[in-house]
Amino acid sequence: MSAELEAEPTFVDKFPEEARIIRAAMWGSFLALTLGAIFGIIQTLHRTGIARPFSSVDYYTFLTAHGVFLVISFTIFFLVGLFTWAVVRSLDRPLLNTKITWTWYGMMAAGMTMTGVSILAGFTARIDMSADVLFTFYAPLQAHPLFYTGLVVFVVGTWVAGADWFRTWLAWREENPGERIPLQTFMVLTTMIMWYIATLAIATSILVFLLPWSLGLIESVNPTLTRTLFWFFGHPVVYFWLMPAYMLWYTVLPKIAGGRLFSDPLARVVFVLFLLLSTPVGIHHQYLDPGIAEGFKFISMTNTMFLLLPSLITAFTVVASVEYGARRRGGTGIFGWLRALPWRNPAFTGMMLAGLMFAAGGFSGMINAGLNINYMIHNTIWVPGHFHLTVGTAVALTFMAATYWLWPQLTNRPLYSPQIGLAQVVLWFVGMALMTNAMHSQGLLGVPRRTAEPEYAGFDYPMAFGGFEELNLQIAIGGTILFVSTVLFIANIVITSWSPKASGLARPLPPALSGPEDAPKVLDNLRLWVGIALVLVVLAYALPLAGIISNSGVFGTGAGTYPVWIDATTALAERVLAAITTAATLLVDAITGVSSL
Amino acid sequence: MHVHAYEKLWLALAIVLILLLIGSVTYGAVGPGIAMVADSQDPVDPQALDEDDRFAEPRVEQVGEDEYAAYVEAYQFGFDPDPIVVPEHSTVTFYVTSPDVIHGFQVVGTNANTMVVPGEVAAITVEVTEPQVYGVVCNEYCGSAHHAMEGTFEVVSDEEYEEWLEENQDGDDTEDGAADENGEEGEDA
Repeated sequence: MSAELEAEPTFVDKFPEEARIIRAAMWGSFLALTLGAIFGIIQTLHRTGIARPFSSVDYYTFLTAHGVFLVISFTIFFLVGLFTWAVVRSLDRPLLNTKITWTWYGMMAAGMTMTGVSILAGFTARIDMSADVLFTFYAPLQAHPLFYTGLVVFVVGTWVAGADWFRTWLAWREENPGERIPLQTFMVLTTMIMWYIATLAIATSILVFLLPWSLGLIESVNPTLTRTLFWFFGHPVVYFWLMPAYMLWYTVLPKIAGGRLFSDPLARVVFVLFLLLSTPVGIHHQYLDPGIAEGFKFISMTNTMFLLLPSLITAFTVVASVEYGARRRGGTGIFGWLRALPWRNPAFTGMMLAGLMFAAGGFSGMINAGLNINYMIHNTIWVPGHFHLTVGTAVALTFMAATYWLWPQLTNRPLYSPQIGLAQVVLWFVGMALMTNAMHSQGLLGVPRRTAEPEYAGFDYPMAFGGFEELNLQIAIGGTILFVSTVLFIANIVITSWSPKASGLARPLPPALSGPEDAPKVLDNLRLWVGIALVLVVLAYALPLAGIISNSGVFGTGAGTYPVWIDATTALAERVLAAITTAATLLVDAITGVSSL
Repeated sequence: MHVHAYEKLWLALAIVLILLLIGSVTYGAVGPGIAMVADSQDPVDPQALDEDDRFAEPRVEQVGEDEYAAYVEAYQFGFDPDPIVVPEHSTVTFYVTSPDVIHGFQVVGTNANTMVVPGEVAAITVEVTEPQVYGVVCNEYCGSAHHAMEGTFEVVSDEEYEEWLEENQDGDDTEDGAADENGEEGEDA
């Protein structure tokens, strides 16, 4: 009993209400992951031609759902939970008012439900609604208004979440005058500033153009303009997913390795660089867009390349911090220290494998960023190959690995099975290695992304790195392994809910070797960074946006409206009708068969 | 702020890498003169392409010695003209637009690749060498039959091109003038 009393309190012991909210956010995230994985395995088998139980029209509904549920719902629900934990933990004070916290959680959940329903309704002809527009929703393809409305409600929810964390930090500052912003809170605040800037564009795109247009209030939109506003948001959103993973690599991974973070000041520099450089690069997704001048593409390319810098600094700092941990555990030699690391710990191995794959994703990203060589792979399956390494592994696998570490501290229940956890993270790595390697190779053959049937009637793909069919097999095997890995993860966490409560699960984080006192004060001047970030965004976007509008007008040159929701439902209705006819014919045949006996 | 010596070295190498990458793109632009899809073409009304000189009649047109212009319409769910036929060892500029939604246009396995946005005209110039049949695909999701949107780009020998022209004098471009020899696709020029 006395040992239990002496044990260090866990997060849930100290902040039970906050822990409840974090768990709620993470359950939302895990639900999205489950759905995303189910759609994922259906797609991987359909695309590769292994099994096509659904029609190729439905494929695009699955694809939209896979994208939206995983990159919007899974990632962002997890990170708002994680950020709440990080702010409360590092400030060591509760949130100001948890009613506000539950409000933003409710808004995000409601928004995602609306968007999700509008997508999934595409599977049934009974509801006149669908949104087969994929997660990029490029106009003039048009989704049901509920799709856009849900996204707005969801994003506003994240804005309130950011305000919640800022207010809590301001309250802390009153109580602790003159102290440096704790590192994790600093990371959350800089990431949220980036998110506010980025989401302004998507909010404008939806509220001014897409939603009124889907409601029939305006006749047409300028497809290049809404596309540009999407990518204004669409690139920083990848750093919105990635920054929480970086936060875990900087603050949690070194501790699990047995050491501590190498340098607090450099971690701050990295987050400031991301805040400044994440947004003025979105045009690199539009290198192949007519309607945007070459010079703007070149500027975007330059900014993008400089964005490599904070990631390369991170690679150094994280590896150095882990090596420090290994040497403290008795590791020696140039590479021998690697053996001294806690490889049996799924949280450690998961994050390390995630980091390793991120390096590979970084290399394919350099190709994507290369203004000219990008032509070879633009919109080929190379691109999803790339982002399954980044968001699909660097982010997703880090989140899963971190869950193994964090979940016991949020529940006071030890993880059901660390062994299954270890198998799970290794399976993810193997499955992803197979799948993404083949996707990159197919991309070089010219196999397009986002298609239900990548095999064509009129031509054959060239041969390289194995033929098209062989690479399809690799993709299907890899995708199946990933599905199994997701099932293991979800099962492990669900079963943990029945683990008996235990004490001694707290895992406090040590301060950095070189602490915040070494960091120049200017790093904590958030106003300054907001100002510079805004200036860079204006420099990168004012002229391109002006050019797009002066070329083709605010509402375009008269593009039509292509509601995917009517097309799809009509197609489905026809199929249902065909199915009924077939069934009726069979029935008639059967009856005539019986009567003729 | 203390920065470890190894870290300084790493930082320097990182910056060198970044400058090299930017340098390679810059060199590509000013050295070999690789041009990008840009806003050089006048916008069109996507719902009135038949009133536009360029797209009223999608076609391949000879515009100089060994120089051809292909005016291509990418629509839900196909390409016009299809096939796109040009003679060997020529320079071809594709002008591509869409009457409906956003499409992609890629000559499969090559860097002849562009977005096709309604209202905008994409222009890409390529050099072709030996006769070969290439696939053309739409590589941007464009609706429920997106996967059926394909065509071919056929580089044929000069003799076959003459024959093809004769057979298609009435503007009927459905004939297949394919040659099967393998060859190399040229680079963007």
